[in-house]
Amino acid sequence: MLHRLSKNRGMPAAAIETENLSKEYPYGFLNLKKRMSLENLNLRVESGEVFGFLGPNGAGKSTTIKLLMRLIFPTSGRARILGKSIEDVSTHQVVGYLPEQPYFYDYLTAAELLDYFARFHRLTASDRRERIERMLKKVGLETAKRIQLRKYSKGMLQRVGMAQAILHQPEVVVLDEPMSGLDPLGRREVRDIILELKREGRTVLFSTHILSDAEMLCDRVGVIVGGKLRGVGTPGEMVGMRTQGMEILFEVEGAAKKFALMDRATRTGERYRVEVSEGELYGALNELNSVGARVLSVAQIKPTLEDFFMHLVEADRAQASAVEVSGK
Amino acid sequence: MKNVWIVATNTFREAVRDRVLYNLVFFALLMMGAAIVVGQISIGIEQTVIVSLGLAAISLIGLFIAVFIGVGLVSKEMDKRTLYALLAKPVKRWEFLLGKYAGLVMTLTVNTGAMAVGLYAALWAVKHPLVPADAYVFVAVYLILLKLALIVALAMLFSCFTTPFLAILFTAGMYVAGVFAYDLRTIQAINLNPATVRMVRAISYLLPNFQNFNVTGAVAHARGVPGTLVVHVTLYTLVYSAVVLTGASAVFSRRNLK
Repeated sequence: MLHRLSKNRGMPAAAIETENLSKEYPYGFLNLKKRMSLENLNLRVESGEVFGFLGPNGAGKSTTIKLLMRLIFPTSGRARILGKSIEDVSTHQVVGYLPEQPYFYDYLTAAELLDYFARFHRLTASDRRERIERMLKKVGLETAKRIQLRKYSKGMLQRVGMAQAILHQPEVVVLDEPMSGLDPLGRREVRDIILELKREGRTVLFSTHILSDAEMLCDRVGVIVGGKLRGVGTPGEMVGMRTQGMEILFEVEGAAKKFALMDRATRTGERYRVEVSEGELYGALNELNSVGARVLSVAQIKPTLEDFFMHLVEADRAQASAVEVSGK
Repeated sequence: MKNVWIVATNTFREAVRDRVLYNLVFFALLMMGAAIVVGQISIGIEQTVIVSLGLAAISLIGLFIAVFIGVGLVSKEMDKRTLYALLAKPVKRWEFLLGKYAGLVMTLTVNTGAMAVGLYAALWAVKHPLVPADAYVFVAVYLILLKLALIVALAMLFSCFTTPFLAILFTAGMYVAGVFAYDLRTIQAINLNPATVRMVRAISYLLPNFQNFNVTGAVAHARGVPGTLVVHVTLYTLVYSAVVLTGASAVFSRRNLK
């Protein structure tokens, strides 16, 4: 893995680094009003890690990615990829990008499209041919390579998009909603590709709504809500911020007499399920023992990344409505 | 410049696959019909009628392609978001713009060249054999091609900062105004005050002077075209297009894609 030095810190350069990156869009009559889409984003994605960028629609995920790919320009702030400013086009020799809901030249076949894009990376004709064959096989399009893209389904276009993003073996791969439009098989293939990129030591930044994919694939995740980065950490760290107690599953023989814990329990068939706090656990187990209930399992309730994500989104909405009510 | 060439060849391929060159069938039918009709009804003016008709058709068909496809070169890529993946490659925005321009000029060259061959065939059919003076028809076609190249540059400039509909209107407006640029320069209106006349003249010098590109009248009557005119119009096209494309590039280079 290459080690580049960050310009201002004297430490190995991050694969992706942003400093107070902001973007506001004008709107309204004569574009006089401004809407902040991204606010002072400070993000560091280390070399070789898979970083998941999570957030609801309109949170600023795609804005960030478009800024990094210089499809739009920041209102303020800076960004660097592998230590070089994103203004430097040569950086894109080692960057791969899959746009959200990609659409390509529909008069080209998949093989022609990949060849067209590969030519910008100065690959020789034989190298291009060999890589295109391999890549189309990897994304499951080898039998459709001679069909014009106008006849492709959304999922097939997504696969072509994935192929063009990694064809030139980039050091940094940026994927905007890579699972979007894919069936379960396609999603699994994309997951496998991301894991393969990680094994090869490449850096992957991807945005997603599908939190289970992020939990499964990411070394770290960042959650962005309302244009602000609300947290960065490993999926474990993110969900470990809040504990949700213990879950007890038990059975009661015959028509047992009522006891206090039973009122709080949910019955499914012969089984009962109850949630208690960690402090209540031993008292609850003693009570079950005293009434002759059979404890089937005791497990910690682990909050998922989705719980954490929803918690942040709801907090942001509550804050937004509070501001609205106060008229600020 | 390698990137410009890559984009240009793909733009040409797009035009071919989108059946832009199918207009040649229409032109061929027009020329065949004209050759048959002219051969029967005109006596002694076959050359004038065929050359006038042929050059007018080449110019008109070329204008449609230059304006409508020229405007769509950039706006279509932005609307369909095909540009996203491309601009994430090591391609500068001006390289993309110049490549699209070169690709359409390449398409127009092939199209205009094929129509010129059709025109010569029709001319040969009505007055064979061809004579050396007929070579001036080629000069007229060359000047039409230069005019189209300039119009494509204008279409691209407008499409970089406004909607496709307005870009078409602006390009067509510039063309019409450019056709009358010389008249504006020599305006002698007695009921206009001198300041207005000076302003109109100043504006006329900014407009592309398309009158210089039109030698149809002379060529249709088998008169020659001065070499100096061809050189001047060529240089004028190069400089004017370069300025317009530089402006387009400056606008496009800072444009946020939606």
